[in-house]
Amino acid sequence: MAVIEASNLTKRYGDAVAIDDLTLSVGRGEVFGFLGPNGAGKTTAVRILTGLLKPDSGTVLIGGMDIAKDPIKAKMKVGMLPETGNVYVDLTPKQNLSLTGKYYGLSKDTIRKRSDELLSELGLYERSNDLVKTFSKGMKQRVSIACAIIHEPSILFLDEPTSGLDVQSRRLIIQIIADMNERGCTIFLTTHDIEEANKLCNRVCMINKGKIVAMDTPENLRYTFEDTRSLEVAFDKEISRDLFNSKFISRMDRQGNKWRFYTIDIDSTIRYIVTMVENKGIKINSMTTYGPSLEEVFVRLTGVIEK
Amino acid sequence: MNISVFIRGVLVTAEKNMMIYYNKPPVLIFGLLFPMFLFLAFFMGRGIDIHEFFPAFLAMVLFFTSSSVGPLITPWEKQSGTYERLLSFPVTINTIIMGDVLAGAIFGLFISSSVLIAVTLFLDTAFKSISLLLVSLLLGTFCFAALGVLIAAPASKTPSNIMMLSSLVRFPLVFISGIFIPLTELSNAGKYLALLSPLTYLVDIFHFSIGGTPSVPQYIDILALSAYTCIFLYVASYFHKKNLSKGL
Ligand SMILES: Nc1ncnc2c1ncn2[C@@H]1O[C@H](COP(=O)(O)OP(=O)(O)OP(=O)(O)O)[C@@H](O)[C@H]1O
Ligand SMILES: [Mg+2]
Repeated sequence: MAVIEASNLTKRYGDAVAIDDLTLSVGRGEVFGFLGPNGAGKTTAVRILTGLLKPDSGTVLIGGMDIAKDPIKAKMKVGMLPETGNVYVDLTPKQNLSLTGKYYGLSKDTIRKRSDELLSELGLYERSNDLVKTFSKGMKQRVSIACAIIHEPSILFLDEPTSGLDVQSRRLIIQIIADMNERGCTIFLTTHDIEEANKLCNRVCMINKGKIVAMDTPENLRYTFEDTRSLEVAFDKEISRDLFNSKFISRMDRQGNKWRFYTIDIDSTIRYIVTMVENKGIKINSMTTYGPSLEEVFVRLTGVIEK
Repeated sequence: MNISVFIRGVLVTAEKNMMIYYNKPPVLIFGLLFPMFLFLAFFMGRGIDIHEFFPAFLAMVLFFTSSSVGPLITPWEKQSGTYERLLSFPVTINTIIMGDVLAGAIFGLFISSSVLIAVTLFLDTAFKSISLLLVSLLLGTFCFAALGVLIAAPASKTPSNIMMLSSLVRFPLVFISGIFIPLTELSNAGKYLALLSPLTYLVDIFHFSIGGTPSVPQYIDILALSAYTCIFLYVASYFHKKNLSKGL
């Protein structure tokens, strides 16, 4: 059964179309990934789905309820971690959680119990009475996600929950998302981290310029194109991009001290590279081949290829 | 809409505002210091009877304190990125507006009743109608708290811009009101101008209830203040909604 149903959403800012006839539906218990380059309209879409913004046209049903007609009832079911969703820095994590809990009508006892639970789970228990002002970005984000789930929502919207966080904070937040999902919560996850989406999501939707360009399981999406295999090579010297110019190589990227070659024909590409570097007296330190990646699909579908 | 959820949202919003915004410098400066300075500038050293000017002074304190919290909240929340989260709670824009008004009104009510009590203790004032005084105190704080929230409606995300606007609105309002000069002594043009200001009616009803000469019937004062409160709330709601998306 669908718990988030958006039909034909359109939103304009002046002449620019931020969301263009977007239709999607997310089933109960699903982890739904929402990907798109900067400015694709992800945040705008999330704001419309959570009832913060009114679309110019189209409807949103949350748990079967029209969010335009009964925003309060619909919002009660929803938890939201906004992109710029800061918590109140003049308050402590405890006070932030308590205010949030009160908005959802939780009892004092429930608030105390849930706050303690969440704060220790997120490694903030010792800091629960310090002002959020004194926290690092990752710690603030942890308080923020605690606020988003204190009322145990059945639908959770997360707008780039892990962007700019260190490994530890990122893991904690991913763990929380996974736990929530295990308990039956539907997750709508906006992210730039394609690997993260690949690992976490049952289904991924890619949008570009407000339009859906693909929507499927990560597994299926990966095979959208046939030529998305790649080859990662480390050379013993600096090489220049111009060295390789072959019809087999569709694209090459520098990744640290390695180069990544995207190709349809892995065999010919290997032979070609070996020949070219042999002529120049360059050694190959390592070489790895990769199967089709979601990232490659994303880059192609959203058209931000650097050649 | 479910009325109990609405009331809960208003109360929690007011609580939040009280915890965060009451001790912000702009509130203390524009709300407390300015009326003090105005008082000193206009009443001190002129050999004016404090009894006679107490209603005007009280009205001024009430006006500045009640309207000083509202302008700060929304731009502050927009700037610090908490506005979006706030809106994601089970609230509507009207819930938030009423919570902001309530916080402003409580601030104004607290300070002006402290002033009232202090003056009553030291100057043994004779009240003509305590119940009317309390009603007007309440009505006045809500009216000017609503004005404060209305001032916060422009799309600006910079609290200092809104504080400037707030001074641009509030000082002229004080000057055109029959606060420094009794209504009856004003020229015709001045009188009409004064009648446009909600503050005039508050001063007038204070004059009646604390002792002094009122210029219009009390029911007109009450009606005018109520009407202004409704207008401020309605216009505030309209513009806050209109500028919502610019503040996310
Ligand atoms: N308040 C606004 N006024 C005008 N244009 C806006 C506004 N908000 C968003 N836009 C425009 O709408 C488009 C979509 O923006 P949105 O923030 O939804 O993108 P996004 O996919 O979330 O990007 P990012 O990955 O950078 O967060 C952009 O072109 C943006 O410039
Ligand atoms: Mg975004």
